[in-house]
Amino acid sequence: MLFSYNQFHRAAFLGVASEFTGKVNTQVDKLDDYFHQSEENKRVHRMNDSLLNLLKANFSYPDTAQKIVTDSLKLDTIITVRRYVWRDAKVVYNTVNAEQNYLQINRGSNYGIKDDMAVLSSDGAVVGVVVNVSPNFSEVMSLLHVQSSVSAAHQKTGNLGKVEWDGKDPRTVLLKGISRSVEVKVGDSVVTSRYSYNFPPNYLIGTVAQITNDPATGFYLLKVKTATNFTGIQQVFVVENLQREEQLQLSKDTEKKMEKQKNKQR
Amino acid sequence: MSDLVKNILRLILFLTVQVFVLNKIPFLHQFIVPYLYFLFILWLPFSISSFGLLVIGFLTGLLLDYFTWTPGLHTAACLLVAYARPFVISLLIPKDNEEFNYREPSPRALGWAPYTVYAFVLTLFHHTYLTLLQWLQFGSFLQFLIKIAATTAISMLLIFTTELLFPRKVKYRTNTA
Repeated sequence: MLFSYNQFHRAAFLGVASEFTGKVNTQVDKLDDYFHQSEENKRVHRMNDSLLNLLKANFSYPDTAQKIVTDSLKLDTIITVRRYVWRDAKVVYNTVNAEQNYLQINRGSNYGIKDDMAVLSSDGAVVGVVVNVSPNFSEVMSLLHVQSSVSAAHQKTGNLGKVEWDGKDPRTVLLKGISRSVEVKVGDSVVTSRYSYNFPPNYLIGTVAQITNDPATGFYLLKVKTATNFTGIQQVFVVENLQREEQLQLSKDTEKKMEKQKNKQR
Repeated sequence: MSDLVKNILRLILFLTVQVFVLNKIPFLHQFIVPYLYFLFILWLPFSISSFGLLVIGFLTGLLLDYFTWTPGLHTAACLLVAYARPFVISLLIPKDNEEFNYREPSPRALGWAPYTVYAFVLTLFHHTYLTLLQWLQFGSFLQFLIKIAATTAISMLLIFTTELLFPRKVKYRTNTA
């Protein structure tokens, strides 16, 4: 379709639309909030709980020889490289009934939101990816979108796969590409992979609900119960990978370079 | 209230119900997608010209597309409904009937059976075209057929519920209007 495939038309169509609908949706959402407030409170409290448990004060060390090391990526001993920036946002419109579901959030390019940023829910579960921004609002392609494809991993074994949606049930998504030699059990966690350009690693996508074999390939077809409750979603985080451009550029350059070398050898 | 004001209010009401109630109902089944907003086009007065209908249909569909983030699907389907409406009406209304002087289609104006046919045919047009455009991107043929049947059935149910809950006053065309 014209708008789906033509970047210029899509941007023009969506820019006008989302500024207008965003304002209406924000007003309606204010009312809607009252019905989901307590559930949201619980989510935030759970998140706080998990963060409090990480505080250094919770741990004691048996001897003084042990040293606490903050495990983050270092450029040298002074500069810590920051990889992800988190921004808060509020969902103003959301559907689950369509085959292509989008969320609208109340932050846009004025707030630093850009395309392809990751969106996580208030308890750190995967929601989707930003696909379009206007000055004050952005549209997020939810996991429940038949074109969505998120790089994922089986947490226990670290095997990589892809999370997609078949458009059927908004409570479950599909994890594809996990080899049948891997031992998978119902209830195993599926998390974002270490190699994703958008998502920070090890954030929960869901838990395995049903295991079937894909007869066409040597892979499992795993039904994954989403960790995010898409019907009651309110507050989200938009996560920016500051090294994304660099990573993409590098892989593109590498391809070019290898292509040149191939020609050289001939 | 003049027809213009009444229909503008109706449009806002139908779109609000569609966007903030029907689109947000908790998930029941993949084939259950209730649409009701196009009833607005079905309720427009007889007096509007076919070109006027197309313009109104275009705006209705476009507004819904803006909200649901679908690239022109509803606009296309609404235009089809607006285009087909005069033909369906001319088939159902007895010609040369001097006593037929209702202002807009309603079960009382047309009678329940012709009104059902009128609503059913246009609903089927709308859903078939909408589902076809969605199906071109995604899904199997069987899914496509079941989805048309299911969404049409649900829309008909919603239309009848609306007609029974909100019976419109029968308005006659007058010389003064």
